[in-house]
Parts: sequence; structure tokens; C-alpha cells
Amino acid sequence: MSRQVRRLAALLGVLLGALLLNLTWIQVLHADEYRARSGNTRLILEEYNRERGPILVNRSQVARSVRTDDSLNSLRVYKPGAEYAPATGFYSLVYGATGLERTENSVLSGSDSRFFVDRIQQLFAGTKTKGGGVVTTLNSAAQDAAWEGLGGRKGAVVAINPTTGAILALVSSPSFDPNLLSSHKPDEIRASYKALESDPDKPLLNRPLAITYPPGSTFKLVTTAAALESGKFTPTTIIPGPAEYQLPNSTKKLKNWSGQPCGPDGKITLEEALAVSCNTAFAWLGNELGADALRAEAEKFGFNTSFQVPMTAATSRFPANPDAAQTAQSAIGQFDVRATALQMAMVGAAIGNGGVTMNPYLVDQILAPDLSVLSQTQASVFAQAMSQVNAAAELAMMVNVVDHGTGSNAQIPGVRVGGKTGTAQTGNDLPPHAWFVGVAPAEAPQIAVAVVVENGGGSPEISGNKLAAPIARAVIEAVLGS
Amino acid sequence: MSVPTELPAWQPTRRNAEAGLLVVALVIGLAAWANVDLVMLGELSPTFTVFAIVVIALAIVAHLGVRFAATYADPVLLPAVFMLNLLGLTMIHRLDLGEDVRAISNGTATPSPDVTTQLTWTALGAALFLLTLLVVRDHRRLQRYTYTSLFIGLLLLVLPLAPGIGATINGATLWVRVGPFSFQPAELAKILLTIFFAGYLVVKKDSLALVRTKVLGLELPRGRDLGPLLVAWLVSLGVLVFERDLGTSLLFFGLFVGMLYIATQRISWVVLGGLLFIAGSFGAYFAFNHVRVRVQVWLDPFAYQSEQGYQIVQSIFGLSSGGLLGSGWGQGFPLFVPYAKSDFIISAFGEELGYTGLAAILMLYAIIVTRGMRASVACRDPFGTLVAAGLSIVLALQVFVVVGGVTRLIPLTGLTTPFLAAGGSALIANWIMIALLLRISDTSRRPDAIVLSPDDALTQVMRL
Repeated sequence: MSRQVRRLAALLGVLLGALLLNLTWIQVLHADEYRARSGNTRLILEEYNRERGPILVNRSQVARSVRTDDSLNSLRVYKPGAEYAPATGFYSLVYGATGLERTENSVLSGSDSRFFVDRIQQLFAGTKTKGGGVVTTLNSAAQDAAWEGLGGRKGAVVAINPTTGAILALVSSPSFDPNLLSSHKPDEIRASYKALESDPDKPLLNRPLAITYPPGSTFKLVTTAAALESGKFTPTTIIPGPAEYQLPNSTKKLKNWSGQPCGPDGKITLEEALAVSCNTAFAWLGNELGADALRAEAEKFGFNTSFQVPMTAATSRFPANPDAAQTAQSAIGQFDVRATALQMAMVGAAIGNGGVTMNPYLVDQILAPDLSVLSQTQASVFAQAMSQVNAAAELAMMVNVVDHGTGSNAQIPGVRVGGKTGTAQTGNDLPPHAWFVGVAPAEAPQIAVAVVVENGGGSPEISGNKLAAPIARAVIEAVLGS
Repeated sequence: MSVPTELPAWQPTRRNAEAGLLVVALVIGLAAWANVDLVMLGELSPTFTVFAIVVIALAIVAHLGVRFAATYADPVLLPAVFMLNLLGLTMIHRLDLGEDVRAISNGTATPSPDVTTQLTWTALGAALFLLTLLVVRDHRRLQRYTYTSLFIGLLLLVLPLAPGIGATINGATLWVRVGPFSFQPAELAKILLTIFFAGYLVVKKDSLALVRTKVLGLELPRGRDLGPLLVAWLVSLGVLVFERDLGTSLLFFGLFVGMLYIATQRISWVVLGGLLFIAGSFGAYFAFNHVRVRVQVWLDPFAYQSEQGYQIVQSIFGLSSGGLLGSGWGQGFPLFVPYAKSDFIISAFGEELGYTGLAAILMLYAIIVTRGMRASVACRDPFGTLVAAGLSIVLALQVFVVVGGVTRLIPLTGLTTPFLAAGGSALIANWIMIALLLRISDTSRRPDAIVLSPDDALTQVMRL
């Protein structure tokens, strides 16, 4: 009988092995997957119980946690709230987290593997685990200027440091107050969220990153870059600029806003064509260069690439297979060309940075729970969009746009500002979007800014200058003054 | 069958080893309790002293009892069981404190601590452990009560169905309630039925093993010898159907098939039993809605996350958030899992002590079962061999069914985790089981033991 007992014991051993394997599956191999499943309140409570780290702009905390007496132990507070919502996002019991609250959650909640040493120390010291801090690249003066500039009108502003790609301003208007969604009362959170969601102005949208607009005439910066890079054109090359441009293989004609030829005899230099934003000249140029050359140039500026800043920005598009008529329209930023405000700021930045496109980023530093610097973001090159010589030439052309062309409202006494206006038709009966892309100071650019005012209204050709350029100028002044 | 051999005149009693291991278990248990107090209260709770005094006293008394009444017994069993019992008490205390915190934040009255009740049951369990050791001086005497055990065992099993005293808790009709006391009679029945199976099989094993008919080239037992197997199968199914308890049903059937295999030394019994079990399971699946729901929830608990699957999903959340090392005692959220003190105490351990802690607990069970099996092999009479093996199987299957259930290896059932879970009947029954295992190991290692030949054993049965 003892042999049978031993065999049975062996069988029980197999059952024990099955238990241990199953536990390994749940607790070790797939633990993260189960932990992250919806319905696990444990995770939320654990995070609330930890002191969540702050999100900083310059030296002030735009998002921080304060202790509370209720069972959740801490409340997320946003100050000033709506202005920084596109960057911070919200942190909600009911709707989870968005923005930096989401992408940097492991740092803020303290679960990041880089905090391993801190957690061991906290374990032995018996202190509660704390989250680390996130220092953004935002410049509060630039952000304020852009926020006040838009003044509640629908639109977006992005400012970038051309040499690094650091995002200096990220404004979406109208915005929402994240405090409404971070409270401890689920019913109130739901009610606030529903109200925001049904608002026709869509305040929850992160306009500068998530919405791609037709870039209109600001896209002529890319067409100009392609022309200079082709080697066949210089700023002084004379190109045709008639009143109408016959679209190839089409009965339609592309017209200038004014209905007049751009030059005295329908001929104009490239530099002047940019300064007066001559549609027919750039449409002609587009077909001279070809869609492939335009697309290749656009992609070097960041089109057709999705950037994580670390929030995922919408991919700006240059159409895949446009025919000649569509290429002509694409060259002036219409047809299917779409760009985020971030993308157009990157175009300005690359021109201001000797032709080098930098990867845009929003997080400057990660702080350990004791607020010492744990890591510093290193600027990185995305692509060389233009030669240094051509970039310098195009920047000079942009200064000419502001000084003598359509961008006069961006002029700042004593500062050489480069820029380009844009007025993008939206295809429906709504007024066009007003754009402005600016770079300053031209000698050594410190800021590139893109402003878009949705359905800005006003006289078509001048709306970029009238509505968007003053905002860009205010942001540039804020950065240069601070 | 083991042949009686001469043992050397002197055997080490190994009681000092047991005392040493008990001290280790006590140190770990008290440190664990202190750890919980310091984490959750910042100071030792007033109950710490009571707990320390009671468990130290119990350890001393139990050890002295074994020293006196079962001198040559296995030295590892008692400390391993003691360790589990202490861990269980500490976890229940920790969950008590958690409920206090919850009650305070909700502004309700703090509930009375369950650990006091469990500590009382532990003392009662230890007392019955000693009583068993003192009364049952020779396990072979139990063979006299083969059919008495069957009768009382079956009676206990059906008792919860009796109108007036039976009680249905969480869908299973397993409790008997008299006044304020409730009791799970199936817990005691498992010991009695083990004794019955052993006594019955000692007598019948030869005919069961030798007389066979061939069906389709497969050697099968005679039809009328199949009777008891069928009865056991029907009783198990009856428990499943009428008391709605999957775990107990599986436990009894597994126990019977296992013991049949040991007694007859025929694998065909296991095959037959397995087939019957599969057939029964399928039948129950199609015939009974509650079984079907259990299986569906088991297959995809997340689809029933907020209804029938809530418990198991919460259990998985707890286990997974524990991870490899656990959140640390007092630092998890084990109360998110319903019945954390009883059915789901394993999830609480898994969350706060992690995979490591749970594996250690499973190893303690493995040690107990291995020691029981060892006593079975070392035992020189077939009845003792069968009883020891049967009790070990009961313990092992119970652990497998509970841990497998709360970790979704098998469908969830309602068995209690031996020595850990809150609940008096199970604790007492399990302590008695350990006393019997100690008794059998003591007899087999005792140098002056009078070895009965199998014929003597038979004679004793015939005398009934």
C-alpha cells in the first residue's frame, strides 16, 4: 500500500505545482495587466493615498495635491486651472487621467521604476511613498500672453524654442477647469463632464495638439523651403504671378484674393510673392516643384509623423497622391493639407534654427520625490529640413513679410520679427481660420510661434494679420521680455 | 502491505525538535501581529498581550500534551499547524482593524473583533486536540466504530437539510444553527467518513482488488463490489444538489477514490472514479442552474464583474496588486474582496504578503500533507495507513479546492482554508485531524508497540 500512498502524494504534488503556476501567472507574469483592468478601485485609492507629485511651470505648481480628511486622503488642485489644462490634463476618479497627468502618471504617482531607490528608503524610514514632480518647458509669461490674446475666442497657440524644440506656450481656447473633474464627488464630476462635452465650443478639445486645420497661406513657408532647396530658385528669382492660375486638367481657375495680378506685369520675385502672399505664384511654384518634392519637404518639417510631446499630437498631413490641380492647391495650404498649430510652430522653428527641425517636447525635468532633479530632457534633432544658407534666406524673407508685407501687425520696435500670415478656407460657409506663424529675433531666434483663430471672420486676406499676428506679437514680446 | 518489522529498542522522541520549531512559529506569529499593529495603529494594540499570553500558553500545553501522550509522534506537524493558525489569527486581526478604519470613516459603530472569537475557537481546537490524543491512545481501536462512523457521518452530512435547524448561507445549505451557535457538520463528517472508509476498505480490499470481470478487455471489479463506490458517488452528488456545495462534494468523492486506490492497489478504481466524476459534473452542469452559473463565471469572470463574478474578480485584483512581494501587512486593501476573513483569506494573504508569502503558506500545507503521508507509509497496520492517508488527502484536497477556487484555477467553491480562515467548526475538525495523524505517527515509531497482524485486525472487526 505504501507505493500507492507515495503515488498519491506525487499526484497531490502535481496539484500543488498547478496552484503555484497559476499564482505565478496571476501575481507575477500578468499582474500588471490585471492591476490595470477597469473596476480595480484599489489602484485609484493607492494613488490617492500616495502624495501625488506636482506639475510645475517655471517655479509655480499648476497642479498639486492637497491633503484632505476624507477617505481618499488627497485632492488634486489646479491653479490657475483652465489656462494650463491642455498641458496638465485632468486627474479624475471617474474619467481617469488625461494630458501630463496621464502620460507622466508613473512619475507623479511615484510608481516609476526610477524611484526604486527612493521607495526603498521610504520603506525603511516608514514614510508614505510620494510621487515625483514634472517640470514643464512652458514659460508662464508666454502662456499668459497667448491665453489673454485669444481671450476666449476659439483657437490655439503654440510657441517653441527653435534651438531645442521645448514648447514655451500651449494654449487651447476655450478651455475647461480641471478642478471640476478632480473633485471627490462622482455625481458632480459626471455632471460637469457632461456639460463640458455637450458645449458646442468643445472646451475639452486640446486644440493645439489634437486638431489639424487647413494651414492656408502659412504653408507657403514649406513651399518656399522646397523651392529654395530645389536649387532652381532664390529669393530674387522672378516667377509668374497672374491674376488667375489655370488649374491643370481642370476647368477651374485659382485666383488671387484681390483678383489682381501680383506684380505690375504679372511677374514677381519669390521674396515679394511671399510678402504679398501671392496665391497664383505659389500654385505655379507647386507644380514646378511637384507634389513629391513638396511632400518630402513637408515631411522634413514633421508632416506625416506623429509626435509624442509626450501627449500624442495629431499627425499633420500632406496628401498622398494629388493630381496637378490638387498639387497647386496643396502648395497654398488648401485641398487636403492639414496641420496642427504645433506643426506650424515647428515649421517656423526649423527655419529659425538654421533649417534643423527639433523634436518638440513639453517635459523639461523629472523631479524625485525630494524634488531633486532626476532627469533632464535632452533636445533631439528630428530632421534637417533645409540647408543653413537657405534657412537664413527664408528667415530674411519672413522678416520682409512683417516689415513690408502682409504681417505688419507683428512688428515690434527694435526687434526683427519674421512671420507669415494665413487665411484658411474651411470648405463650408463659416468664415476662414486666421493664421500667423512668427519667428524672433531674426539674428538669433529664441521663439517660434503659431497662432490660429478659428473662423476668425473679417476680410479674408487680412484676417491672419488682423486677428492672429497681434497674439503672436504679444507672445514674442513676453518671451523676449522675460 | 507493509510487513511488521522489528524496530530498534530505542527511538529518538524528537520532542525537543518540536519545541524548538514551536518557538520559531511563536516568534514569527507574534512578530507578524506586532507588525500589523505598528503599521495600522502605530503602537501595539491592547489585544496583543492577550494574544501573546493565550498562544504561548496553548503552545506549551499542546507541546506538553504531545510529550506525554504521543511521545514518538512526528515533530514537524504541530509547529507547522501552529504557524498556520497564528498567521490566520493575525490576518483576521488585521482585517478587524481594517473594518474599524472603515467604520470610523463611515461614521458607524466599530464592529466587534472577529479575532477574539477565532482565538476562542483556537483554544477549543487545541483542547479537543489534546482530548483526542488522550482518549484515542491507540488508533486501531477506532476500527471498531467503522459503521458507527458511517452512520453519524451521514447523519451530520444531511443535518443541514433538516427543517428548523438547517441554515442556508450564501447559497450553500451547510450550516446547522441552534440558538446563537452555528456549526458546519460536514467538517466533522469528513473525519468520521475517513474512519469509515478505512475500516470498510480494510475488510473489503481483497475482494475489491482480486475478484474482477473483464469488460471489453478492461479488468473491472465485479458489479456488486461497485456498490460502495456508487453509494459514495451518489452521496457526493446529493451534497452537491441538495446542499449546493461543490467543494464538499468534490472533497468526499476525491477522498473515497483515493482511499480505494490505496486499499485495492488498482488504478482502475481511479479511472472509474474519474469517469464517474466527469459524468456527474456534466450532468450537474446541465441539470442545475447554479452549477452552470459557477462554471460560466469561472470561464470568464470579467464578463460578470459586477454580478456573480464580483468576488473572484476582486480576488484576482487583490492577488495581482500583491505581486511578487506583496503590499506589506496592513498596507493593502484586502477588504475589497468579500468574505476576506473566511472564504477569501488566501486572497488577503496574496495581496499583502505577495506570491512569496502565499507560496510559503502553501509549503506549510505541503509539509503537513507530506508528514501525514509519511505517517501513513510508516504505519504498520493497514487501518492506520488508510486513516493517515485519508486525512492527508482531505487536507490536501481542501487546500487545492480553496486556493484553486479563489485563484480561478478551478470553479469557486465554498470550502474553508484549513487553519487560516475564520470559522469554528473547520478549525476544531482540523485540529482533531492533526491529533489523529500525530497518534498514528506516534504508534508507528513507538519502539514498544505491539504489532497486530492483519488477521488480528480482521478479528476485531468481526467482533462488532
